[in-house]
Amino acid sequence: MATGIKDKVAVLGAGCSKFGERWDAGAGDLMVEAFEEALADAGIERKDIEAAWYGCYADSHNVGNSSIPAATALRLDGIPVSRMENMCATGTEALRGATYAVASGAVDIALAIGAEKLKDTGYGGLPPAFKGTFNDLWMPMGSAPSGFAQLADGYRTKYQISKEDLKRAIGHVSWKSHQNGVFSPKAHFRKAVPMETILNAPMIADPLGLFDCSGVSDGAACAIVTTPEIARALGKTDIVSIKALQISTSSGREVQMGDWDGSYVPNTRNAARRAYEEAGISDPRAQLSLTEVHDCFSITELVTMEDLFLSDDGRAVRDFLDGRYDRDGAIPCQIDGGLKCFGHPVAASGLRMAYEIYSQLLGRCGERQLVSPSLGLAHNLGGVPYQGIAAISILGLL
Amino acid sequence: MSDFGIVSFGAYVPRYRLDRQAIAAAHKWMAPSLRGLAKGARAFCAWDEDSVTMAVEAARDALGGRGAAGLKVIGMATTRPVYADLPATALVAGALDLPRGLRSVDSGYSQRAGMSGLLAMLKGGEAGLFVASDAPLGKPASTQEMTFGAGAAAFVLGSENVAARLIGAGSVIDNFVDHYRQEGAAYDYHWEERWVRDEGYGKLVPEAARAALAEAGLAIGDIQHLVMPAMLRVAAGDVVRKLGFAGNVVDDLQADCGYAGAAAAPLMLARALESAGPGDRILVLSFGQGADALVLEVTDAIVKARPARGVSGSLAQALMTDSYLRYLSFTDQVELEWGMRSEKSAKTAMSEVWRSGGQIEPFHAGQCGTCGTIQFPQLQYCVNCHAPGSGFAPVSLRDAPAKVMTQTADSLSYHPSPPLYVGFVQFANGARVQMEMVDIGPDGIEPGTELEMVFRVKEKDRQRGYSRYFWKAAPTVSGNANKKA
Repeated sequence: MATGIKDKVAVLGAGCSKFGERWDAGAGDLMVEAFEEALADAGIERKDIEAAWYGCYADSHNVGNSSIPAATALRLDGIPVSRMENMCATGTEALRGATYAVASGAVDIALAIGAEKLKDTGYGGLPPAFKGTFNDLWMPMGSAPSGFAQLADGYRTKYQISKEDLKRAIGHVSWKSHQNGVFSPKAHFRKAVPMETILNAPMIADPLGLFDCSGVSDGAACAIVTTPEIARALGKTDIVSIKALQISTSSGREVQMGDWDGSYVPNTRNAARRAYEEAGISDPRAQLSLTEVHDCFSITELVTMEDLFLSDDGRAVRDFLDGRYDRDGAIPCQIDGGLKCFGHPVAASGLRMAYEIYSQLLGRCGERQLVSPSLGLAHNLGGVPYQGIAAISILGLL
Repeated sequence: MSDFGIVSFGAYVPRYRLDRQAIAAAHKWMAPSLRGLAKGARAFCAWDEDSVTMAVEAARDALGGRGAAGLKVIGMATTRPVYADLPATALVAGALDLPRGLRSVDSGYSQRAGMSGLLAMLKGGEAGLFVASDAPLGKPASTQEMTFGAGAAAFVLGSENVAARLIGAGSVIDNFVDHYRQEGAAYDYHWEERWVRDEGYGKLVPEAARAALAEAGLAIGDIQHLVMPAMLRVAAGDVVRKLGFAGNVVDDLQADCGYAGAAAAPLMLARALESAGPGDRILVLSFGQGADALVLEVTDAIVKARPARGVSGSLAQALMTDSYLRYLSFTDQVELEWGMRSEKSAKTAMSEVWRSGGQIEPFHAGQCGTCGTIQFPQLQYCVNCHAPGSGFAPVSLRDAPAKVMTQTADSLSYHPSPPLYVGFVQFANGARVQMEMVDIGPDGIEPGTELEMVFRVKEKDRQRGYSRYFWKAAPTVSGNANKKA
């Protein structure tokens, strides 16, 4: 009988590059920035790493495929390095690979690293993805915002919410994150943005305006994982352990069957149920200290609060406007500013979120530090709400 | 009298209509005289329409609910083929799921090709589908740019329930070069209008008309409706006078369509059939390196042969625009800066097109033989019960009722007609498909808006010169009538 991943693996060290328009840095440079911070944090040397999982989404655009770019940049001589790609869930997938390797006993220390160099593309936004020779024949050529914007129609139709009320609630999502980003030195955007600016920004994909969309940035983040026993043997006293790692991939039901109403993301709910069970969380609203969720677009974060069972169905609009997820709210969300302020270097995001939760749990977050957090959840959503990959990691103090 | 003829007909005119005043205004600085033609609106193809897509739409209208069983031949005429070597009939037959045993004849090369093709098939006597589809292109600031339009008309021919039969025909062939267009050239080259009127239309058309009337054993006074399309508008009136015709001169669709090349005469014939009564006779004339003349007699069956949309319905479905540059861009006459996003490769895997053609071309969902779920695309296993896809039965989504479930107007994606409207289309039969939505007015669309499926260009691979087609969703007339684009 499987027992899950809870407390079998600890984060020995973590690192995160400065996110932003890193004209000065290629993917390799970004990885090194995160890697060196993590090595120093872990108190180990490069040679102590026995296996690595490297995540990169947009290989064909700017980095090159396979694990070789990471093995070369970090000079990981001769060890197994695996390349991971699962859209926006890539970073969490890399962490999952490294964690499972340690938990299996195959290795003692493993590295998970995600990096993305988006700003060598020549334009803003994500480059359009190749859908495959078959899907190209029929699937519309919509952008990422167009996929997520459709959540608004599904949500409004189901809960009979006016366009104006929903726009204001998703506006609050972005407003709150920009307030938080001010205190994140590694974030791309560090300025508070007035609500009026958010609401009146140019439309990208109705109802998502410019400020309803996360930024496009370069960045890398990583985690070094080992067993709690080895972490203690290496002198660690405050141990952050992995409580759950769950992924849920769409099998196409939402897009082909009539039984999904478009108001929520079934994959997130599946992953959340399994993650709470794996972590032994019975009351997430009371037990979670903070969340870092996939705010690629403001509407996604709003719906995600319901999909994580932190807001009642149909209540997220009210909860956001009431400040439930603000820094001083019941369950702060995106205390570091989220994708909204960090931008979304795809494969780095999941590990950047884990880095923030790890740092919060260890009390290292300076001006944005929360009071005594004990359990945090990170959530990614790859693809689009109706066909994608939800990834959830839960980290806590052991 | 033969028991063979037109049993049904249909038409399509693109929804986009450009106010002719906008064309005249754009050229006012160098061609102020165009102002004299600046009345009404002309139809033009959206970026994703061409002679193939219009043909499919007209053919759907003509076939109606009768299906394609029993058809032996398909013919198509256009002067604007999408490919020099890849026949439109193959694309049309695939989109409409026509019988595999069809013989096909593609024709063109003349604005007379529409009537020449229909005449050939009427004389051939085999059950068939004939479509004329054209979008002639006039050089910017030319008279033709003002007067040209676009559209398609389709006719189903057979021997049961014949609604109009051919009772006489006449043809003339003459290398009278009023205009020409070299292979690969964008525009026609025209000679002096007065000569074309007097020596071309004025002599060649009456010669053919008289031959047709003689064959039918009729005088011009026995004709109730006259179809006389003319690229050169003054020429039509001249021909009518020379023939001494005093009956109904069928509207040439200049007010809201324009002259549609090889489809002009077929569209006007379709228009005439929409109002002609049993017993009426229609003389159809067509000019181009000679002339064709057909005398058709309408029967009692006409009442049941009329299409759901026809020419009248098509003309009523207008999306008006005063953007001359939109017209130029849609018709590939100006290259705009679309940004780096437009650089994405549009390469098509032909072997994939062939492998999945059975569901992509005719928009066939699959109905699971085990649980009955209707689904598109047809994948390896049923989305609901996971039974193997080999047990699916095809279900056409082309005419299936559907509504908007979710939608957005995407301003970020590269799209030749921004914003890109995209969303879930929920079919009443249970199928659900994420689709591109087109021909949307300024008020946009909402969940619940009723949709119909239209055959369009999905992507143009300009690097390799290949247009890939698929179905898109457009608001039904009631969902989006007479809006301004």
